[in-house]
Amino acid sequence: MDKDEGYRKLAAKIRAHAVMMTNLRHSGHLGSSLSEADLLIVLFEKILRLDSKNSDWPKRDRFILSKGHAAAGVYGIMAEKGFFPKDWLKTYYCDDGKLCGHISHHVPGVEFSTGSLGHGLPVALGMALAAKHTGAKHRIFVLMSDGDCNEGSTWEAIMFAAQHKLDNLIAIVDYNKIQALGKAEEIINLEPFAKKLKDFGWAVKEIDGHNFRQIEQALSVIPFEKSRPSFVIAHTVKGKGIGYLENTVASHYRCVEDEKLSATYKELGVEYEDGI
Amino acid sequence: MRTVFNKTLLKIAKKDERIFLVLADIGYGEIEPFAKAFPDRYFNVGVAEQNMTDIACGLAMEGNIAVTYSIANFPTLRCLEQIRNDVCYHNVNVKIVIIGGGLAYGALGVSHQSTEDLAIMRALPDMVVVAPADFTEAEAATYAMVKHPGPVYYRCGYKKEPRLHKGKIDFKIGKAIQARAGGDITLIGTGTITYRVYQAAELLVKDGIQARVLSMHTVKPIDKEAILKAADETRGIITVEEHNIIGGLGGAVAEVLAEGGVGVPFKRIGLPDTYVHIVGSHDWLLDRFGFSPESIAQVAKNLLKCRQ
Repeated sequence: MDKDEGYRKLAAKIRAHAVMMTNLRHSGHLGSSLSEADLLIVLFEKILRLDSKNSDWPKRDRFILSKGHAAAGVYGIMAEKGFFPKDWLKTYYCDDGKLCGHISHHVPGVEFSTGSLGHGLPVALGMALAAKHTGAKHRIFVLMSDGDCNEGSTWEAIMFAAQHKLDNLIAIVDYNKIQALGKAEEIINLEPFAKKLKDFGWAVKEIDGHNFRQIEQALSVIPFEKSRPSFVIAHTVKGKGIGYLENTVASHYRCVEDEKLSATYKELGVEYEDGI
Repeated sequence: MRTVFNKTLLKIAKKDERIFLVLADIGYGEIEPFAKAFPDRYFNVGVAEQNMTDIACGLAMEGNIAVTYSIANFPTLRCLEQIRNDVCYHNVNVKIVIIGGGLAYGALGVSHQSTEDLAIMRALPDMVVVAPADFTEAEAATYAMVKHPGPVYYRCGYKKEPRLHKGKIDFKIGKAIQARAGGDITLIGTGTITYRVYQAAELLVKDGIQARVLSMHTVKPIDKEAILKAADETRGIITVEEHNIIGGLGGAVAEVLAEGGVGVPFKRIGLPDTYVHIVGSHDWLLDRFGFSPESIAQVAKNLLKCRQ
């Protein structure tokens, strides 16, 4: 078996969970959960030092999902990793459910609630400063979206992180290049993205965010450069894994309709009889 | 008052290693002793209030007590969503301190007038709202703020405000302090305007009116007991606040009175629901907008007349 086979199978499962969850109550943001899925797999399988049975473990890495709307993807991997029962996934968006549409710290193992963009990176700065202050060795990871990088507060944080040499901080942008109303380049063009970030004092890596080898290699040694915060621009595809949704603005809003469910699971390569 | 606050915070920080001070490039002449004493617990984030608030939140998420500090609306309205979603929703130990509430920076213009802060801050779940009246309260409020687990909004004066309390005080969050005894009418103030309320009460003596003066240094949680007691024991209640007439101290007291089922003559004194674009010093503007002791006393006399 090819060594990425395990990753691939888990990624398909996470995507299937997201399809099921968003289909349940016809909620949105599926495309964002699909684009981040491969990044999440490597993070939770290989990179993040977490303990699902002791989610408050002080030495844990801190992981903040700043693109809080892509909660379905994170809930899927967290359920698979045993932070909470898989049954909870079926309660996403439901009355008296366990999981709301934007990520919530009321869910075991979730570090921070977000939902409005531009909050994750600034909060991570405070956590990074606190770790530096005590000499703690854990790292602070923030998974962001391209929309996140429209927010002024994100750029306030980008400037501060470099100024204070926060090399225990890692920002990853799930750069799927489509935001709520269209293509990022036609709304707020982030390019030349890597150059901007380097000019702002960050150590930057650009990778294919669906290539497990590249993701793993990029994140295996942190910091990328001593005394600099690390930034990963992960080129991804919005709606990745479901052909008709890929690279569409609609994937930000629409779920997979009932009649397309079984074909979608087939396309993802998972057997998904009862949803779990 | 800001000097009292800064000195007290420094004193507390010497004993409590959890205290961090996070600034957005404001505090000249005041914050230097803290910065010098604790360079590793002091951060000037630059002119970036959203970042200031969220850095404080991140520090507090890790078990620290983080104080943000700036003037007027900068650490509140500029970063209101960070206060709501991050500080209050996660119920962390962030203390938001503003210098110069109300019209304190009057002549600088509307951008520097903090005249909606009490209403907005008190609408946030888990937020405690304090506005000390004088130096004695300011010092005690600083200790109380640090001791309270969770978010606190602290509206601080910026100059040498007159002393309201003659002796020692018993400062407890959520408990009004009686600054003057009286059984005819109750005047309730919050923040530094309370001294003018006290002066109004002294003026009323020559009209044979003994006014009770309450320093409602905590607008949230409001001291319901003191309000209902005043409604029961005196013949009228007037609130005085350097704030928009809507939603602040007067609003909070009105809520208590309405739900308490007590029918007592009641009047709010505050700023009209408009922006104060008239140029003038703090004291001049206060007089101009009906906060002179004479004006407050007149409102009290009118209220009691209505009752007769």
